[in-house]
Amino acid sequence: MFKHEWLETNVGLLLVFTMLAISVGGLVEIAPLFFINNTVEKVEGVRPYTPLESRGRDIYIREGCYLCHSQMIRPFRDEQLRYGHYSLAAESKYDHPFQWGSKRTGPDLARVGKKYSNEWQVAHLMDPKSMVPESVMPRFPWLLTTPLDTADLKDRLMAQRAVGVPYSANQAEYERNVKEFGAENAEMLKIDDAQKNLLKQAQDGNFDGDRTNVTEMDALVAYLQVLGTMVDFSKYDDDNFVQYR
Amino acid sequence: MSQNKPNAVQTTGHVWDEDLQEYNNPLPNWWTIAFYITIVFSIIYWFIYPAWPVGHGFTTGFDKITYVNDQGETKTSHWNTRALLMKEMNEHAEQQKPYYDKLMAEPYDKIAKDQDLLNFVASAGKTLFGDNCAACHQSGGGGKVGFFPNLTDDDWLYGGSYDKIQESITNGRHGYMPPFAQVLNDEQITNLANYVLSLSGEPSNAAKAAKGNELFHSQAAACFYCHGADAKGRHVIGSANLTDKIWLWANVPAVESAQGKVEAVKKVIESGLNKGVMPTWGGRLKPEQIKLLTVYVHDTLGGGK
Ligand code: HEC
Ligand code: HEC
Ligand code: HEC
Repeated sequence: MFKHEWLETNVGLLLVFTMLAISVGGLVEIAPLFFINNTVEKVEGVRPYTPLESRGRDIYIREGCYLCHSQMIRPFRDEQLRYGHYSLAAESKYDHPFQWGSKRTGPDLARVGKKYSNEWQVAHLMDPKSMVPESVMPRFPWLLTTPLDTADLKDRLMAQRAVGVPYSANQAEYERNVKEFGAENAEMLKIDDAQKNLLKQAQDGNFDGDRTNVTEMDALVAYLQVLGTMVDFSKYDDDNFVQYR
Repeated sequence: MSQNKPNAVQTTGHVWDEDLQEYNNPLPNWWTIAFYITIVFSIIYWFIYPAWPVGHGFTTGFDKITYVNDQGETKTSHWNTRALLMKEMNEHAEQQKPYYDKLMAEPYDKIAKDQDLLNFVASAGKTLFGDNCAACHQSGGGGKVGFFPNLTDDDWLYGGSYDKIQESITNGRHGYMPPFAQVLNDEQITNLANYVLSLSGEPSNAAKAAKGNELFHSQAAACFYCHGADAKGRHVIGSANLTDKIWLWANVPAVESAQGKVEAVKKVIESGLNKGVMPTWGGRLKPEQIKLLTVYVHDTLGGGK
């Protein structure tokens, strides 16, 4: 007969069984999601970040923006009214790690893209109180003066590719991306051209208001401006996504 | 110790420090019963709500939600938070719906006379404006010199009629004035600045202003193309009215000295303007929300004309 005493008097056994017991919870809740067809909604428009946006995301994580901002609009009435359409699982399928978060000192940022102008974003990051007098968000003035480090850009994209983000490292993958995301986006996802594409997007977009150099501000604002804008919800009935849950 | 008494509570038999022992009491009844109830509850729960993964799907449960979607169709779905949201949104819309319907159905001049509707606009508009516009135009719509126009005064870059305001919100705006640092020399720009200041009664050098006047209306500087021969600006391109005392980009009132005022205007002429970007709200907000905000800006903030 199994006796509890064996576990309680044997530290090694206790450790193994505690871990087994805890992982049951995780397995039951998480594992099935990988097999259920409807977990990730079928929706058009979601693509991996461009090299510039991806570097902006790195800076977002480095600066700890996620400590105060979530990126996940829950399907509740007040959130829908304030932030817009609730977030879809599909919208963060290329995020490693995702930035859903759970702490909201500041507002949710899942749909902040195109809500404000680049000028506002820069002025706000330089000094939030100058734009929103009652803000408690800290200032991030160094972003505008720090040149963006792109030396390890390829490695970063290769790492994301290794966990399944479809950046292309060869012709076959490029062609797959053309089919999946269209020719223009597929160009942006070529790892070999990442450096060139990053510079071009920063030049054309002029995110920080200064075309002469590419700063961390360029990257972060480019990232913020794309958040939540990939899916065109006007193409879907407002209850289209009910069927996936 | 009590160990030897008959009917004593059982101990686990562990002994520490000679006489320290551990009771082996059974769990209290209320606790065990509560525990079994949670198990029964979870089984009932499995049948009502989405619960168990099965193959590539899951058991959806017996509970149903009936809601009306935007197309007016009544639909029934198994219970889930997204369907629940649809239902709640529509119940909420139910309360506001008569107002929104009226707002969409009536022309602006009739809305302006309907106090009941205006009250609704003032309260619903406050939240909508706070969530979307206040970060730039500030809470009361007062704007910010050097960045965002004041929406409460009756000076409008693009026009203060209902239609123009609605157009500003729906399509966004982006004011552009080319830089003149390469085109004109410093003396010419100084003259122009003096002329511009003279238009709104600011201190200026009369001789320089006269030369600036000439230049303003000449092909060389071509200011009048955009700002108009009367310098009152043109709403189609949002070129500022230079004859009033309201300044958005050159912060003339904030500077004390006449020289400083000239410098402030010179700077705008030299470097041009390209940062007046009002985002497009047509895709983000619904048509009824845009119409509500139009009335809010025009009547509640009170700058419309
Ligand atoms: C200490 C908490 C805190 C941190 C850290 C923080 N923020 Fe904020 N953020 C806020 C608060 C509070 C607001 C709301 C007031 C305001 O707009 O400034 C805000 C507002 C914003 C907004 C405007 C959102 C909207 O819809 O109006 C953006 C964009 C933003 N933050 C981006 C960032 C980025 C990017 C970072 C990291 C570089 C960051 N924040 C770090 C607290 C924080
Ligand atoms: C990112 C900052 C920003 C946000 C957010 C914003 N605006 Fe603006 N808005 C501007 C700027 C800048 C201008 C002036 C454009 C120019 O200079 O050409 C402007 C112009 C306008 C005008 C025209 C003013 C005129 O003088 O003709 C109206 C009306 C207006 N905004 C209303 C709104 C409303 C309503 C909202 C909220 C839905 C809003 N704005 C949100 C920045 C913003
Ligand atoms: C291509 C059209 C164009 C031309 C040419 C032009 N302007 Fe402008 N100007 C504008 C617009 C548009 C604005 C407002 C920009 C905005 O609000 O975003 C403006 C704004 C200004 C302002 C700022 C007003 C304020 O409220 O602070 C001054 C001063 C001015 N112009 C002077 C001049 C002078 C002097 C010339 C001739 C050298 C000139 N402009 C030529 C389009 C033009």
